[in-house]
Amino acid sequence: MRRRLPEWFVLLLPAFIVIAAVVLIPLIFSLYSSFTPYKLTRPSTLWRWVGTYNYQKILTDANFWAAFGRTVLFLTIVLNVELLLGLGIALMVNRVTWGQRTLRTILMFPMMFSPILVGFQFKFIFNDNVGLVNNVLQSLGITDMALPWLVDGRLAMFSIVFAEVWMSTSVFAILILAGLFAMPRDPLEAAEVDGCTPWQTFRHITLPFLMPFIYIAMTIRSLDVARAYDIVQIMTGGGPARRTELLWTLMSRTGYVDARMGLANAMGYVSIILSILFTIYFFRKLSAARAEIGLEG
Amino acid sequence: MTEVSLRNVIKRYGTQQAVHGIDLEIENGEFVVLVGPSGCGKSTTLRMIAGLEAISDGEVSIGGRVVNDLPPRERNISMVFQNYALYPHMTVRENLGFSLTIAKRPEDEIVRAVDEAAGILGLDELMDRKPAALSGGQRQRVAMGRAIVRHPDVFLFDEPLSNLDAKLRSQMRVEIKKLHQKVDSTIIYVTHDQVEAMTLADRIVLMRDGRIEQVGTPLQLFEQPVNIFVAGFIGSPPMNQLAGTVEGDAISLGEVYVPIPSSVRGQLSNGQKVIFGFRADNLTPVGHGLREKGETTQLDLRVHLTEPLGTETLLFATLAGAEIQGKMLNPRPVAPGEDLTFNLMLDRCHVFDAATGNAIGRT
Ligand SMILES: Nc1ncnc2c1ncn2[C@@H]1O[C@H](COP(=O)(O)OP(=O)(O)O)[C@@H](O)[C@H]1O
Ligand SMILES: [Mg+2]
Repeated sequence: MRRRLPEWFVLLLPAFIVIAAVVLIPLIFSLYSSFTPYKLTRPSTLWRWVGTYNYQKILTDANFWAAFGRTVLFLTIVLNVELLLGLGIALMVNRVTWGQRTLRTILMFPMMFSPILVGFQFKFIFNDNVGLVNNVLQSLGITDMALPWLVDGRLAMFSIVFAEVWMSTSVFAILILAGLFAMPRDPLEAAEVDGCTPWQTFRHITLPFLMPFIYIAMTIRSLDVARAYDIVQIMTGGGPARRTELLWTLMSRTGYVDARMGLANAMGYVSIILSILFTIYFFRKLSAARAEIGLEG
Repeated sequence: MTEVSLRNVIKRYGTQQAVHGIDLEIENGEFVVLVGPSGCGKSTTLRMIAGLEAISDGEVSIGGRVVNDLPPRERNISMVFQNYALYPHMTVRENLGFSLTIAKRPEDEIVRAVDEAAGILGLDELMDRKPAALSGGQRQRVAMGRAIVRHPDVFLFDEPLSNLDAKLRSQMRVEIKKLHQKVDSTIIYVTHDQVEAMTLADRIVLMRDGRIEQVGTPLQLFEQPVNIFVAGFIGSPPMNQLAGTVEGDAISLGEVYVPIPSSVRGQLSNGQKVIFGFRADNLTPVGHGLREKGETTQLDLRVHLTEPLGTETLLFATLAGAEIQGKMLNPRPVAPGEDLTFNLMLDRCHVFDAATGNAIGRT
């Protein structure tokens, strides 16, 4: 007689199969391929084992580390700018009493666009000949040159940061606003009576309460920004001459343009470390901030 | 240590008026209790004094200085909130010292003031805990400690005891009274509990629907209520109130007649509709009262329920169709259904005009 499988196993089996098919197998495959010289154009290369060759190559690859560093820089700037703007917007929206609902909806608009379209939009806005920015600057007489917004290394980075911030600041704004809504009113009034100026109340009472919300936003956005790809790809394609190359544009170039999928996958695994580190860091901060306001870690 | 005065203070929320012109003079060092049913505007009034609520009209001054346009921090007041309003991310020590830290006082002075407050309130063991790790009573103490640390001119309390259980509440009541004797500051205290008001106040301000009904010492409000509302609100059990009609020298309460008390004789007209009120303390079985002499009348009543309280027993009876309560001092067991003769102390009775609800002979 055939032994019957345990019930829990049978019930979980569909979930196992789906997860294996969409997560586990691609993961194992990509990990495996990072130890091969796999080229999309020559499938047979998948069966040649080269050990840690790809990883060694990455470690000494200046382009990779430049992209890595640029990504960290990009991440740092974007997160901080978004935090400051998001905090400011949330505080202002929180004070609005009339039409706040509408305002909150409007706040979400940038998030509703496809990043690809945002990329195209800003590619046009920052275009050095026909772009909006240069047109405005020139007709105001601030400059008579066509500033190379998407060509000069610094300016191009700025343009990309601008686009990214425009699209995603509302993540911070919405989460911080949620924090402000959840905030108890009493301690604020107690602080007022205790002699705090509005700024002191914000600094000593409001901000500590908002920190967990800020760290949640930081975690979400750090994962998001660390894999920034679409906007950059559309606006500059990582160029010119790699001046705006981030990890993911580098990886996609390596994998699909140079067809070196094995190497690209190895880069992917190295750069995941970045995301993991940021996540761990922000989760630590989150627990500490929650414990700080008396919630369980 | 300052006097507080309110002149025709009004609060409007949109078109709705919550406080309708309050006039009140509070003396230096006085303990004033604002009491009234919930929703009568006590908190609103207190918050206008604190500066947490804008004053729609009228004038509030503290220590002779009009404070209408000053933010709370410039009024030198302390406030204890109903749900404590502790800073959740600070330890007890930091909570206590916060106002002094903000005021940039020297470190040693802060430590001294905080330790002193902690000593007064018995918080020494809890100094490094956060509010989440404290019980309700402990949080209450911290909230009070935070208020006394800064030595304010005026203490404001908004129902500080209403989240505590009965036992703790009576303990804290004593603590607050002791505190007042110790710090000697002006205190304005809001509560809906008439027992708290009676036990704590130098002077009670009884409010209803955004207006003051009566201001006076606890005994004044107890013994000389100006209207039915005050009579019913102050005192436990509530004053017995019976509808009646003046008929010659007596007030007819349905089939029962009681003589008109001498205090209001001549101020009533024949046929006038009145409310006749007396407290349980003044309706006592013969031989079981405080005094038998004076202006009294006797009533025969059937007791249908008793509540023995130890030194006295509450007796429930029916008079003219309404349930009333009397009191038996030096109690003996009384069986339900027993008929007793009661002394009613007429000189302690109250007569109110039925139409206005105002006390007669006391305006
Ligand atoms: N922010 C507000 N907006 C509108 N009405 C309010 C507001 N706060 C209080 N009220 C109204 O004012 C009246 C007095 O409230 P309050 O002072 O809190 O009463 P309480 O005596 O119970 O403390 C109530 O009828 C209440 O509904
Ligand atoms: Mg209230």
